[in-house]
Amino acid sequence: MAEPLLQVERLLKRFGGILASDDISLTVARGELHAIIGPNGAGKTTLVSQLSGQLRPDSGTIRFAGGDITSVPQYRRSALGLARSFQITSLFLDMTALDNVALAVQAHAGHSFRFWTNARGEDVLREPARAALERVGLGDRANWLASRLSHGEHRQLELAMALAGQPRLLLLDEPMAGMGPDDSARMVKTLRALKQEVTILLIEHDMEAVFALADRISVLVYGRVIASGPPAEIRANRQVRDAYLGEQEATS
Amino acid sequence: MSGWLTPRNIVVVILIAGLTLLPAYVVLTGDRFALTLFTRIVILSLAAVSLNLILGYGGMMSFGHAAYLGIGGYAVGILAAEGVYSGFVQWPLALVASALFALVVGALSLRTRGVYFIMITLAFAQMAYYVFSGLARYGGDDGQTIDKRSQFAGLLNLENKVVFYYVCLVLLFACIYLVWRLVNSRFGLVIQGARSNEARMRAIGFPTYRYKLVCFVIAGTMGGLAGALVANNTDFVSPAMMFWTRSGDLIVMVVLGGMGTLFGPVFGAIFLLVLEEVLSGFTEYWQIILGPLLVLVVLFARGGIDGLLRSLSREKSHG
Repeated sequence: MAEPLLQVERLLKRFGGILASDDISLTVARGELHAIIGPNGAGKTTLVSQLSGQLRPDSGTIRFAGGDITSVPQYRRSALGLARSFQITSLFLDMTALDNVALAVQAHAGHSFRFWTNARGEDVLREPARAALERVGLGDRANWLASRLSHGEHRQLELAMALAGQPRLLLLDEPMAGMGPDDSARMVKTLRALKQEVTILLIEHDMEAVFALADRISVLVYGRVIASGPPAEIRANRQVRDAYLGEQEATS
Repeated sequence: MSGWLTPRNIVVVILIAGLTLLPAYVVLTGDRFALTLFTRIVILSLAAVSLNLILGYGGMMSFGHAAYLGIGGYAVGILAAEGVYSGFVQWPLALVASALFALVVGALSLRTRGVYFIMITLAFAQMAYYVFSGLARYGGDDGQTIDKRSQFAGLLNLENKVVFYYVCLVLLFACIYLVWRLVNSRFGLVIQGARSNEARMRAIGFPTYRYKLVCFVIAGTMGGLAGALVANNTDFVSPAMMFWTRSGDLIVMVVLGGMGTLFGPVFGAIFLLVLEEVLSGFTEYWQIILGPLLVLVVLFARGGIDGLLRSLSREKSHG
């Protein structure tokens, strides 16, 4: 197997007395969709925050595309090709959908100390932004203010922004959170198309979506990875069933 | 979309035409006072426009913007006191001095957020106030008069009130044009993105601090220009021009006129200064009327005067 795109080794993060990341090791191969599941409070978002650079781990290393990025600041990681979408929608609500995505494109188009040309007239920014909006199914909302979009559309816009920088690895933190069944189904469809082109690390509660999409799944419980493997293997794993799936199945 | 002919744009055109033709009115009627008042309005509009760049577009609540008025003013005043009257020396120095001051203030204050940012900008401005109050050689607390206005090698005679008015007006329009280009450029979108959601800006890969700092310096430099104009207008500089209430006045102009709009600060400056002029004719406690008015604007007209004009066009296009 080729060298993994993302390699996490023995990651440790402590908040006071709580071990939010307890010796996490994880690899994501190029081209795969790797899902991380786990009950609430398992430390999924803490893990993503360390990968994207918002949080610094107490120990352990993160290697991305061959280089050690453990102490690389967040904005540089993004430039290296690591894009993150947020679990809680984080957008520029007073700007149009197109402006939102165009800013994400601009972030990857060199420095922005350009003071004179009208940026809203630059095709090099607007065209990729339009394309990203089309890909997530928001083409007809381009000129809407982000604040006027529905919740499901916000999630899609998040995804478009993450895509806009043409990332090598997409970190998706619960893209289906709070979505109704229709929106969820549409998101699954979008992600299925996307995984052909970009490596994705998906954190998601929606089991149906995870098993439909993932090539590999890692299960996180109390900050530890208790199992990692293809969906069929995870489904059959007793430990996982006890910790997580069983309780899900009982409620569904 | 009915294009350009919205009530707001009509008002803007009237505003530009009115300001441009004002001297003609003054010559016809002999109303010298209108010229004095509007020269002051134009200069403070320029200061408000510069504050609006960081406050309105950048979301940086600077409470020390009058410091740049003072520094720009004192650059002119101190050089004049030392016998240097050339505007080609005075004005660039005013700009450079305010830019440097803005760089220092910005570099420190932009590391903080919210109330701390407000307090640090205020503290720096008050520091400047006390430093200039202590300059006994240049009049200390009382300030000093300037015996000659900036000289431009015979090209412009600023002693002529009409010429001076037009110099101020052209600079105001030039700065508004500059702000217009800036806020729509890549740089401007980064600044507005940081106002809207700074955490997100960092997440998509923008080192926001340096962009905000550059914006802060540009605004400070523009404020210094306004300061050089104030000194020439009043033939006088004193620490009072950078007292914190002055910074408050500028904020009121921006908020009244409409934050983050091109002409809002000009509306705000005209409204505030004309109101002051009219009301102070009735009572010296004119601020008793201004206060409630401000509260009403903040409560019911979030976008200020510019916002009111825009909502007018919206109603019209629906009707």
